[in-house]
Amino acid sequence: MTEHAWRLRGGVAVAAAGALLAAGCAPGDGGAPGGGDLQGVQLKVAAKWTGVEQDNFVEVLSAFEEETGATVEYEPTGEDTGAYLGPKIEAGEPPDVALLPQPGLLEEYAAQDALVPLSGDAAAALEENYTDYWSDLGSVDGEPYGILLKAAHKSIVWYRPEAFDAAGVQPPQTWDDMVGTTASTLSDAGETPFAMCGASGWTLTDWFENVYLSQAGPDKYDQLTAHEIPWTDDSVVDALETMAEVWGEGDYMAGGTDGAVQTDFPTCVTQVYGQQDAAMVYEADFVAASAAEAGATVGDTAQAFPFPAVGDAAPVVVGGDIAVAMSENEGTQELLAYLASPEAQTTWAGLGGYLSANSQVQPDAYTDEFTQQLSQTVLDAGEDVRYDMSDQVPSQFGATEGRGMWAVLQDFLRDPGDPEATAQELEDAAQEAY
Amino acid sequence: MAHTPQPPDADGGAGTVPGPADPGPPGPDGTRTDEQEPGRAGALGPPSWLALAFLLPALLFLGAYMLYPIGFSVYRSLWDAPGTTFVGIDNYIRMFTNPPTFVALRNNVVWVVVAPIVVTVAGLIFAVLTERIRWATAFKLVVFMPMAVSFLASGVIFRLVYEQDPERGLANAVITTVQDTVAPAGDYPDASPRDGSGVEPADGGGFRLGAEVTPGDEPAMVPLVGIAADDLPGAAEPARAPEAPAGDAVAGTVWLDFTPGGGGTEGAVDPEERGLPGVGVRLVDADGATAATTETADDGTFAFEGVAGGAYTVELDPRDFSEPYAGVTWLGPTVVTPAIIGAYLWVWAGFAMVLIAAGLSAIPRDALEAARVDGATEWQVFRRVTVPLLSPVLMVVFVTLMIYVLKIFDLVFVIAPGSVQADANVLAVEMWRVAFGANDQGLGSALAVFLLVLVVPAMVFQIRRFRRENS
Repeated sequence: MTEHAWRLRGGVAVAAAGALLAAGCAPGDGGAPGGGDLQGVQLKVAAKWTGVEQDNFVEVLSAFEEETGATVEYEPTGEDTGAYLGPKIEAGEPPDVALLPQPGLLEEYAAQDALVPLSGDAAAALEENYTDYWSDLGSVDGEPYGILLKAAHKSIVWYRPEAFDAAGVQPPQTWDDMVGTTASTLSDAGETPFAMCGASGWTLTDWFENVYLSQAGPDKYDQLTAHEIPWTDDSVVDALETMAEVWGEGDYMAGGTDGAVQTDFPTCVTQVYGQQDAAMVYEADFVAASAAEAGATVGDTAQAFPFPAVGDAAPVVVGGDIAVAMSENEGTQELLAYLASPEAQTTWAGLGGYLSANSQVQPDAYTDEFTQQLSQTVLDAGEDVRYDMSDQVPSQFGATEGRGMWAVLQDFLRDPGDPEATAQELEDAAQEAY
Repeated sequence: MAHTPQPPDADGGAGTVPGPADPGPPGPDGTRTDEQEPGRAGALGPPSWLALAFLLPALLFLGAYMLYPIGFSVYRSLWDAPGTTFVGIDNYIRMFTNPPTFVALRNNVVWVVVAPIVVTVAGLIFAVLTERIRWATAFKLVVFMPMAVSFLASGVIFRLVYEQDPERGLANAVITTVQDTVAPAGDYPDASPRDGSGVEPADGGGFRLGAEVTPGDEPAMVPLVGIAADDLPGAAEPARAPEAPAGDAVAGTVWLDFTPGGGGTEGAVDPEERGLPGVGVRLVDADGATAATTETADDGTFAFEGVAGGAYTVELDPRDFSEPYAGVTWLGPTVVTPAIIGAYLWVWAGFAMVLIAAGLSAIPRDALEAARVDGATEWQVFRRVTVPLLSPVLMVVFVTLMIYVLKIFDLVFVIAPGSVQADANVLAVEMWRVAFGANDQGLGSALAVFLLVLVVPAMVFQIRRFRRENS
């Protein structure tokens, strides 16, 4: 209780500081007339961000407050946004704007009539600034509901340059290089190639998504996501077989197979950068925070390379938080339009810890070279970028501990001997959930 | 009270509070007071509306926070996930045809059967033993201390204790230390043969040269990889290929065939590569008998002199390559539930001990003395006198634990890693997961109601006991 109060107070202080900053250097080109046509309007925004992420977001919000005169209150939802919003919706008191971590939730809430479709400037902003893929992702039955506000780049393999130097290897360009030369040379040099985060099921689904997207292509990826092709499809079995090239080699994973299944995220990051037990760990851009905690300097002793191409093109899988309107209160649509604008996101990019999926946000908006490169891969991949599959499928199948994809892929990591049986298990679990 | 004169002590000093404020039914032996109390309440106690007024806050609280939620859960369990369609007992049918519920139910049974017994027995042992030691209070304090730690924190602690890596997990650190003292690991556990070098794995974890050697042949070269250069013993010197051996000798080199930083020729001794000192080498003849043994020098070379003619196989001693014992996979699918019960024991043993110790101090000493005078051994005294006299307390502890165990949540949730959550599942965790993870509050409510039904018999038993004891 007290902690909550303190946190809120901290948020307000930061918001105030942000308002001062924004007042000092507002570009003054906003579409809304200054002085505030939303004077006195109070809005609530709920997202799972805390700490620095929260501070930065509040700062972005404060520019909106400055422009329109509305007051925006930020509510942290905790890790499990669904568990936070569910009861609020049930009680009829949802926040005005919520940041959903999964499109699956978006569909669920849209089906429950808990969402308000985007309209006016908000709908226009989505149309103008985002590629069709992102518009479709945020739509249910053709009706636009959500805007991908903050992206997480999930096609990165992190490595420890020191280990690569000791083995004399370079970051690989293709999957075959990674599994063949890179991993086997590291292994010969006495370095365990990979740390796995098997106890955190979502990291395993991310492996699958990257391999599948690159090997089977974006079209199949979409079909599989929508369950238009069954999981027993040959492309799934192929992807599983490809993954088994790493998952089947106990020697390639820190702690062997047993260790790989038991290690959670971010312990696997610590294994690479803290204990130096492994040379590479696959996960998203947010590994940077855990790597820094483990004592590495991002960009120096912790570096990353793009997930290598398994098929023709390297995959770009993106996760992230989708902003939706949950009330018809005045100002809600205006706030969403503001958040979807390149201006707001460019400001956010300058604050750091942020990646945009907005096509109008230029790479040079980011302060560090690493994020600029990530942004460039997203822009380059254009229409071939895909959103994290496990977050699009029903959460019972794609995002529940001990169920569906998570559990089946964990079993597959434990024993990758029979990809066909695994594909069948995935199909069975999918049947139950769809 | 001061202005209301108390009647002469009609209860005969039983010390019970006069009954008007007590809505409970009169005790079974209350035939005498039964007749008196209504009269007394009417004459001397406060009027019943006042009693009700005083009770109202408690009743409202109970109603709002106990009865209403229970009622609503039952009601909600009859509706579908979004709460828009009435589905009758469909959720209950789904619950019992759903495999995860069975795992949860099975684990709950294991918990309810094992945990209360283990904890009660441990508490009994601690209580009886602490009676006889000098620093009993200190000991009790230490055993009781985990009760002061929140379950979540205890869970986090035991998550670390059960960590697989002996460098981080206490349980495995203890086990592997003991194991390593008994059977130490080899110097080169990670070694593997260089691909295509003709070195192959032998039975028992050692290596052998695929090609046979005869005395006077070219040196037998054994390239190994997979050892980090930092892990080599300090004595290791740059590897060297031995000179061609004499006609009755076999010689060779065992070395780390990996140039730090890459480069170098595979299968050849490069300048920066170092030998593996202290590796046991065996010369095995055609019959499979060991003809000679030796150890490699600091530069990895070995030599057998005066070897009789014939074909031999060069083998490396498996003991130098044995992997360190990795410990128990505590949090693997098979032992995760017992492991969590172990953590539960750590938390609750103090509770059981304190209650049982209190019961123990109430046992009449003369019964124990009498038994001892009659020549009973300590074990007999414990078995035939102490335990029977303690049985009411043991029962209370046991049933209380049973109720707590049925609703176990936090320890399972925190200790079991994601990959074995399905194997460690219990009903309360399943309920939470279904209601708030899969957002199906209909099925979640059905599970909650089921859990309530399971707890009710134990509660009824407990309440009956209290009544009987108070009467």
